[in-house]
Amino acid sequence: MALTGIPDHGVELSPGEGATEPTVRRSRLTSKLPMQLNLLAGSILMVLVVVLAIVGRVAPLKNPLAVDPSHVLVPPGGGHWFGTDDFGRDIFSRVLYGMGTDLVIGLIVASLALLLGTAIGIVSGYLGGWIDDVVMRIVDILMSFPSFLLALTIAVVLGNNVRNVVLAVTIAYTPYILRLTRSSVLSARKADYVLGARAVGASRLRVMSMHILPNAIGPSLVQATLMSGWAILDVSGLSFLGVGIQPPSPELGVQVAAGSRYITNGQWWPSVFPGLAIVFIVLAFNFLGDYADQRLRGDRAS
Amino acid sequence: MARYIARRIGLAILALAGIVVVVFIVTHILPGNPAVVQVGSSANASTLKAVERQMGLNRPLLAQFGSYLTGLLHGSLGTSYTTGDPVAQDLLNRLPATAELAVASTIIATVIGIPLGIASGLRENRLVDWVSRIGAIVGSSIPLYWLGLVLIAIFYATLHLVPAPSGEVGAFATMPPTYTHSLILDSLISGDWSTLVDALKHLALPAITLGVIETAPILKITRSATLEVAASDYLRTARAYGLSSRTVLRDEVLRNVATRSLTALGVVLGYLLGGSILVEQIFDWPGIGLYAWNAVTATDFQAVQGYILMVGAIYVVLNLVIDLLYGLIDPRIRYTSAGGERRRGGRVRSEPGSTAPMAVSVEGT
Repeated sequence: MALTGIPDHGVELSPGEGATEPTVRRSRLTSKLPMQLNLLAGSILMVLVVVLAIVGRVAPLKNPLAVDPSHVLVPPGGGHWFGTDDFGRDIFSRVLYGMGTDLVIGLIVASLALLLGTAIGIVSGYLGGWIDDVVMRIVDILMSFPSFLLALTIAVVLGNNVRNVVLAVTIAYTPYILRLTRSSVLSARKADYVLGARAVGASRLRVMSMHILPNAIGPSLVQATLMSGWAILDVSGLSFLGVGIQPPSPELGVQVAAGSRYITNGQWWPSVFPGLAIVFIVLAFNFLGDYADQRLRGDRAS
Repeated sequence: MARYIARRIGLAILALAGIVVVVFIVTHILPGNPAVVQVGSSANASTLKAVERQMGLNRPLLAQFGSYLTGLLHGSLGTSYTTGDPVAQDLLNRLPATAELAVASTIIATVIGIPLGIASGLRENRLVDWVSRIGAIVGSSIPLYWLGLVLIAIFYATLHLVPAPSGEVGAFATMPPTYTHSLILDSLISGDWSTLVDALKHLALPAITLGVIETAPILKITRSATLEVAASDYLRTARAYGLSSRTVLRDEVLRNVATRSLTALGVVLGYLLGGSILVEQIFDWPGIGLYAWNAVTATDFQAVQGYILMVGAIYVVLNLVIDLLYGLIDPRIRYTSAGGERRRGGRVRSEPGSTAPMAVSVEGT
């Protein structure tokens, strides 16, 4: 990360000047800063998101499913902070309720993909041979589709419900974790500690779970953090298309879709607020993922 | 080099074959009976049977797979139940509209992403770097479809700067004669300026929507390519020999960025193919994404199958081209990745979340 000798403000340094000790130290110090800020921004957002999601479930807000035909598409204001939708439902309580749904879905998809990808990746990478060949060819084929389209296709085939959409997105994401784990395993397989463990007679299962797993999981954990955010984008994108989670569920993508009909009339609130909530959740995961990513690279470099 | 090319082409063929098989399996267990869709649910059983026979749905799966394969080899993707036309022709007619969006949005993303990425890499941890890094993180957190709606709310519903999101041109535009199926090119060829202007106005919002989403990965890749050069030994050597930092940076950084833009292209392609289905739906854009969506909702399974095959083929072939170009430009790739993993230094595939999104794990920072 240390960027020595880069001319600032267009002033040219004489050769070698940039590589002096003080410059190195200074740039190391400053390069730590954005990392900490990522962590800070990510943590604050995440705490906020979790608190709001819990508030959405336990606080005595208006019923997110209660229809009120006499207050349809009321603009944001005193009675309804975020206004009401085309059924007169309170958007504020729907958004808070939906945040919980999307947050949990994102976490479930990422955990499942992490679990599956890591398990298959370790076994495939460690055992090698024909098992590895078969697994990697399947991974190649799955990765020949843009993941959103793969998830869309699987979700359509399996049928419209939450469980199937979670499954579809998990299937689309697992290959990425699998590949990542496998390449860490390939480099760990020849490491001294693995050879040592095998020399003292550890079983294959023990080597894989006690020695390879802890050393191969780092990059996958980072990837899974980012994936939680992507999963929310993809799952809500699928519900926006009408695949998966169906109205009247207050899932955020469903809400954006339902409000999209009124956008051209200038009634923006039924779509804009739920979408903004998605941005906040994904932003929290992306900041934390970015922090973890840089931290991991920093550890590797030193 | 020959070995590298052979290996890449071999892998691509394998992937294509895999796609063909997977698509068949997937589309033949789609819920919904296409024969029922065609005759309507009120039709009597014997009509249904007749249509099923006519469509070959009563034959064993293996026989159906045989005729599907023969059709493919003859360039046929079957006939769409909803439009009544050959699927291959439908898709080809609609591809130019999607390509217009793809090209326009990629131009926007490149013009913003590359200069900002270079500036950000050269001035690490300064204002420009901060702004673009936060921008990239925010950009990869925005749902594509929501961004499209927000832009419509601002630029159409409030400011009235652009026409309504209803396809490629307004209802009263004169349609130029069809040469290429791309409305912009057709109106350009026939010199129909008012239609051209109208078409460009309609193109603006969907292209910006996709462009904003594409900017994040391009910016990240450019930045890391710049950092990579800035931290490299050869740069230090060049400087030690007394070359001016600026000359060195300009030459080396731009060369490395140019190489890496191939990587970016592969990533962006995944975004485009995944994102087109959402954007075309919002803007009623008559491309392959909208076609696919209509096909999915109508259980038009020949059309769905044709679409997936085509997108898979485009993705595999273009990625093959990118791989080959990469091997041509950067000799390290063809030596290091000939046998094993192709992560480090190689191109990076588009990762999940391609509707919007994502951090691209690029080496070099």
